[in-house]
Amino acid sequence: TVMAAPVTNDQSWFFALALGVSFLKCLLINAYHSTDFEVHRNWLALTHSLPAAQWYYEATSEWTLDYPPLFAWFEYGLSHIARFFDKEMLVVQNLNYASPATILFQRLSVIVADVVFFYAVKECCKSLREDKGKDLLGKPSFILTVLLLWNFGLLIVDHIHFQYNGFLFGVLLLSIARHFQNRHFEGALLFSILLNLKHIYLYIAPAYGIYLLRCFCFTQSNDNIWSRYNYLKIWNLRRFIDKFYSSLFIKGQLPQVLSRLFPFKRGLCHAYWAPNIWALYNIADKAFSILGVKFKLLDINKLPKASMTGGLVQEFQHSVLPSVSPLATLVCTVLSILPALFRIWHRPNGARGFLRCLVICALGSFMFGWHVHEKAILMAILPLSLLAVESREDARIFLILSITGHYSLFPLLFTTQELPIKIFLMLLFTIFSLTSLKTLFRKGGALLNPLEATYLLGLIPLELICEFVYPLTVWQKTFPFLPLMLTSVYCALGVTYAFIRLYISLLTCSDSTKKIKTQ
Amino acid sequence: MENWSLISLCVLLGLTARWAVSFHSYSGAGKPPMFGDYEAQRHWQEVTYNLPVHEWYFNTTNNDLNYWGLDYPPLTAYHSLVCAYVAKLLNPEWVELYASRGYESHSHKLFMRATVLFTDILIYIPAVLLYCFYFCDGSSKQKVATAFCILLYPGLILIDYGHFQYNSVSLGLALWGILGLGLGWDLFGSLAFTLALNYKQMELYHSLPFFCYLLGKCIKQGLTWRGFFHLFKISMTVLVTFALCWMPFLSDPKQPLQVLHRLFPVGRGLFEDKVANTWCSLNVLIKIKTLLSRETQLFLSFALTLLFVLPSSLKLLSKPTLWQFKLALVNTSLAFFLFSFQVHEKSILLVALPVCLVFNEIPLIATWFLLTSTFSMLPLLLKDGLLLPYVVTSLAFLFLSLYLLSALERSTEEELRLGLYRKLTQRWLPKLNLSRIIKWKFWFSLAAMAALSFTSVWLKPPAKLPDLFPVLVSVLSFLHFLGFIIYFNQVQLMEPQRKKSQKKTN
Repeated sequence: TVMAAPVTNDQSWFFALALGVSFLKCLLINAYHSTDFEVHRNWLALTHSLPAAQWYYEATSEWTLDYPPLFAWFEYGLSHIARFFDKEMLVVQNLNYASPATILFQRLSVIVADVVFFYAVKECCKSLREDKGKDLLGKPSFILTVLLLWNFGLLIVDHIHFQYNGFLFGVLLLSIARHFQNRHFEGALLFSILLNLKHIYLYIAPAYGIYLLRCFCFTQSNDNIWSRYNYLKIWNLRRFIDKFYSSLFIKGQLPQVLSRLFPFKRGLCHAYWAPNIWALYNIADKAFSILGVKFKLLDINKLPKASMTGGLVQEFQHSVLPSVSPLATLVCTVLSILPALFRIWHRPNGARGFLRCLVICALGSFMFGWHVHEKAILMAILPLSLLAVESREDARIFLILSITGHYSLFPLLFTTQELPIKIFLMLLFTIFSLTSLKTLFRKGGALLNPLEATYLLGLIPLELICEFVYPLTVWQKTFPFLPLMLTSVYCALGVTYAFIRLYISLLTCSDSTKKIKTQ
Repeated sequence: MENWSLISLCVLLGLTARWAVSFHSYSGAGKPPMFGDYEAQRHWQEVTYNLPVHEWYFNTTNNDLNYWGLDYPPLTAYHSLVCAYVAKLLNPEWVELYASRGYESHSHKLFMRATVLFTDILIYIPAVLLYCFYFCDGSSKQKVATAFCILLYPGLILIDYGHFQYNSVSLGLALWGILGLGLGWDLFGSLAFTLALNYKQMELYHSLPFFCYLLGKCIKQGLTWRGFFHLFKISMTVLVTFALCWMPFLSDPKQPLQVLHRLFPVGRGLFEDKVANTWCSLNVLIKIKTLLSRETQLFLSFALTLLFVLPSSLKLLSKPTLWQFKLALVNTSLAFFLFSFQVHEKSILLVALPVCLVFNEIPLIATWFLLTSTFSMLPLLLKDGLLLPYVVTSLAFLFLSLYLLSALERSTEEELRLGLYRKLTQRWLPKLNLSRIIKWKFWFSLAAMAALSFTSVWLKPPAKLPDLFPVLVSVLSFLHFLGFIIYFNQVQLMEPQRKKSQKKTN
């Protein structure tokens, strides 16, 4: 009764959750940080000390500016506060500079920028169908808030590994929330801002494009000038913004900026394979080559050498299956998201249909994209949280996708010091999402079928083998990459399964959601 | 959500906070030649692993007692020995005799931190959970909330995972003792407490209430056969446990005497460093250390401690209930902290443990006390480079206890148990709103502590008074503790039949 007293009538629980997670983030200030920390420090330095025209040409550090201009301006703004912490971090030549004040400033900047994320989450909660009279811990808005604010992936990627995803996802979620609130103009504006902050969000641009086109240009009921005008308004806004930023640069910079943003020289997979189709493809190739050698169908001397060292090499050469070109990945990606785009073109199904399509776009490009990072899985997990608290089937997909996707982020933190913390945080998030979604959809039996549950439980022995048993064995020295390979292949199965289920839910369930809407 | 998942979430959050604090520095990091408590613990592993038992407490050619000689009871030594075996397995350099002195490395720090986490999970955390589930009133959510706040008490986390000590072992064992007594398993309780006592001699601060509670209970059963038999069983348990712990040292009468001499170094003076107790604070006005002879100091501290311990012990003896027991633990340990001989600033954790146990009953005062106790260790924490975790954990703790336990809402005069204060003021100021005054005092004192923390970090003390801020911190904390000991004595001694009537209204 005491706990319920301060929380039922007002929104103080939201404040408490946000403050609580901020305290946790502050405790992580001295944790391990990856090279991304130096990347952002370098950007602070170069935006601070050089004129804008040279930002995309500067190459003292190997970590050149490869985010779009608006993010560079964001760093420029931050650099003016950074002066008060430690001026040395703003010198381009001070490579790998990491004084305590620098660490404090950079970490705090991530923590403070997350305020945008908090606001976006709050706006998202407003658009939920809320059933009143339940106790706080069973409320959809409470569950959604925890799923987003305490998201395991965001915590470790932003506050340990070091990046600014929280703030960027804040802009994305805010844009989604605006579409839910029928403020489409603001939603579109926010998305174009987001694209200018980080271009990886191009993955989900098709969903935005088709949705806006369908709902404001070619509405079936009144296909008139007005709706066309609406679309033009949005489109013009986009162009205006693009122009605005490009005008900030001297003419002729665009090719340079683009070459920094889209480096196609990298390989099909990242050093650690993201758990997608290509991980399965690679492992199939490897299995075939080993089998081939065993049954004397292949000559071991003719095989490309790198294929046996797997994940350590950027350029992975396939020995049996055909090699994959960037164009092929592009075609696969487009093919994978086309049905979803067609679907929302024919049956838009409101903002929820759009959101589902957006998740499919994000997951489709994660599954088939060129040189995908494992962190990109968050782009599917976070928006899916919104759907997960509203429908049973989505909750099920969310559980599978978030648990496997989050587990696949484990190799990101490879230091022993962070091992306990990633396990604690992962358990924390997983236990919460499992039990809260289970209570939310109490009626109708278990959320996961036995096979899915077994698969997810399999992650526990996998973790034990990969990080506790395997390092003690003799193979650690000869095949150090094997645990990573095992992790990404095992997780790839779960992510693929979730992708297929998500597609099925899109193609079959829209009628039932329609019924709810008409009710 | 089910209870088990709420509990596991709380425990996981507690563990996360603990491990995150452990990323920070420890005492004496990179400070040769003596280093700090971290090196002391490592050195004990080295000594216990390499030397035969009879050399552990003696100054021998292989054992230099001046370099962090073992001065804790045998159980600590055994614990060090077990850790040393694991260390030897991982990296023999960590415990090599002589050669490992001052050994510091990242992986060794991880190993040491992991040993703390391991014992914490094994002993302290389950005890806290069990305590909250058996002895806290209210809904299951409120029990979880109380457990959560206790687990996040910053003082213990900062000292164990920052500064580096194994307080969670001795405090955890003492808590198991309290649990045993509360559940009526007196033998188990006295066994656990004897183990605690054999882990850290500072647990003596808690021993008097244990003794009085058990004795009072035996007296209540009648001074006939039953009561005597019960007393006999308890004392046998204690004696046997003691004997087992001290077994290796009993062969030669010189051995236990030397151990005792190491445990109670009377020669080290009335107080060391800056402690928030009476003597150190009084020292600002009168230089007692030089003014009085050692014997007078000893006598004075003994007399004053006895004076402050006596009322609560007698009350407990006459009324051995769990509530009285908890309060007596607070009062006795606080009296020992304030008045006894050779007190360390970290000993305030011994008072903090029983205060944690009254968290659910008097949330506001408990929060206030626990924050003050953390603040009183500020000079130590600053020396260890733990400013960031100190600030973050203290703020988080303040926020959580105000939010989850509604400490500010649950502070009517009745709930704050201000009976005596009301009686005193009724005559002259009948309209005084005591509850509001307490709240104002609470905020005012927090502001003062925050301000003093801020100045200690940011301002340089004047050249003439280099110890200005540590002294101010200990004097301010001392004043708080003085207030607290009066308050808690008042709560314990004034407790009328109100508890019963309150239960009825519930």
